[in-house]
Amino acid sequence: MIEVDVTHRLGAFTLDAKFAASGRLIALFGHSGSGKTSLINIIAGLIRPERGRVAINGTVLADTARGVFLPPHRRKLGTVFQEGRLFPHLSVRQNLLYGSWFAGTARDDANANLSRVAGLLGIEHLLSRYPSRLSGGEMQRVAIGRALLASPKLLLMDEPLASLDEPRKLEIMPYLERLRDEARIPIIYVSHSVAEVARLSDTLVILEAGKVRAVGPTIELMQRLDLIHAAGTGEAGALIEAVVESHDYAYGLTSLVSRAGTWRVPLLEAGQGKTVRMQIKARDVMIALEPPASVSALNVIPAVVAEIGPMDQPGVEIKLDCSGEALVARLTRYSVERLSIRVGTPVFAIVKSVSFDRDSLGAAWRDIRAADAGAGGV
Amino acid sequence: MDGWWTLSADELTAIKLSLLVATVAMMASLPFGLAISMLLARRDFWGKSVLNGIVHLPLVMPPVVTGYLLLITFGRKGPVGAFLDQHFGIVFSFRWTGAALACALMGFPLMVRAIRLSAESVDKRLEAAAGTLGASPIWVFLTITLPLIVPGITAGMILSFARSMGEFGATITFVSNIPGETQTLPSAIYTLTQVPGGDAGALRLTAISVIISMAALLLSELLARKAGRSLHAAT
Repeated sequence: MIEVDVTHRLGAFTLDAKFAASGRLIALFGHSGSGKTSLINIIAGLIRPERGRVAINGTVLADTARGVFLPPHRRKLGTVFQEGRLFPHLSVRQNLLYGSWFAGTARDDANANLSRVAGLLGIEHLLSRYPSRLSGGEMQRVAIGRALLASPKLLLMDEPLASLDEPRKLEIMPYLERLRDEARIPIIYVSHSVAEVARLSDTLVILEAGKVRAVGPTIELMQRLDLIHAAGTGEAGALIEAVVESHDYAYGLTSLVSRAGTWRVPLLEAGQGKTVRMQIKARDVMIALEPPASVSALNVIPAVVAEIGPMDQPGVEIKLDCSGEALVARLTRYSVERLSIRVGTPVFAIVKSVSFDRDSLGAAWRDIRAADAGAGGV
Repeated sequence: MDGWWTLSADELTAIKLSLLVATVAMMASLPFGLAISMLLARRDFWGKSVLNGIVHLPLVMPPVVTGYLLLITFGRKGPVGAFLDQHFGIVFSFRWTGAALACALMGFPLMVRAIRLSAESVDKRLEAAAGTLGASPIWVFLTITLPLIVPGITAGMILSFARSMGEFGATITFVSNIPGETQTLPSAIYTLTQVPGGDAGALRLTAISVIISMAALLLSELLARKAGRSLHAAT
């Protein structure tokens, strides 16, 4: 449980954030300038808030009313920064062990933890190298391992993927998923990427212009029409968790089953029975009033219109109820009026299989094969 | 008969004394140089530019002026000199320790400049990262900052040493030119040029001086390259 209630001014910008959240991976989401990095620096102790209180699992880290301010080195929080910040004069092994020395970990335990974490992150082969000889993705994995080995009570990640290119992001994602599922340390993850947040987080804190706009389970917030614009209309969309039913290797397709129905998506490296989380972008969802007879799209899901967003823009968001699961579709206002779409109208949601990109499909739970495949590509 | 390159006893003494004075001056000024460099590089405080000016004074003042100021403050009758003499039995005037003090002061701005520049180039975000890993400020300094400024410290020490080997004006003004006690290499050369037939000796000492200076320069290059290699061009 993390409780934050702070006010802090930085030039013309004022951060005024209050929230309480718990979860395995809490995402602080917002666009650049929304104050999320200031907020994580306040939690880490790198910024002293002008007013307010920060507590983690009941331990007060800062409370201006009582004059409490724990310096960063006494907070027992591991931080992963956007730029890695590995120590250039230390080897990867020394970087990894840096925090365990200050945590007072016994030597044998530290070495055991080192091999466990190096295995988890796929960096065993890098231990004797120096940071200047690492790729961006390797650097970030070492930075994550270094923070983990400081035996933190909480892991803070400040846009750990933002400085990496797309293939590197995909390389690290599986490790972050394993971390979330295997390490018994809650994570606070700062990001401006809807795809990352959708794939990784279970709890979402949305920041807008220095204020907390919403807090709650990621799946619920991602389908709320009033928050679509906070995420950005191009990237927003509902999350569906589905179970892998079968693979069709001949056509390169995987069938998934959720309450809404059967989904066919590009071949996944997840075993049968695994739960997979996918984000379906609102702009990728079409709506038909009758079941289309001959259509190329493979996913046709029966649904009922549950909610219609504000009609004052050319684009309108529609929330659909698919047998208890939510989908969000973005249509033109013209189409909404032409088809006479009202709340309660029975419709069919159409999603092309190819619109599921690798970014939006993640393991909801650990999948060793996918993770190992990622590690081999270094 | 010995060759012209054979050093006389007095010349050998001057060389040994110069090496001793320069080494002591370099080592004794290092802790102060490091502290003041870090202060100037990292802290903002009232009177910072005044402190910076004072540190740089020996660089811009005539050495004779520095020597004279030392004489009136650290001399036996000077306020600081008298105090040190009475309470601790430490005497600077007309002793080799005084020569070391003069040399340390003359080399100090060079040492501070080198260390400060290198401290300013250390990425403070690395220090913040070390803090989040549990290192207290003193440990951050010892394990992150200090190793990263080793090239600057090395350069500063070599500069201070080289300056000390060549220091003449402040030394001769403060502690005079006593063979065996305060007659360093430059003073000995100066003395030899003032006496008839001293040319050969002056030339010998000049050659020695050039060799020592070159050796110091090469050593600093070597150390800088070694430090650079261990960082693997960190950027």
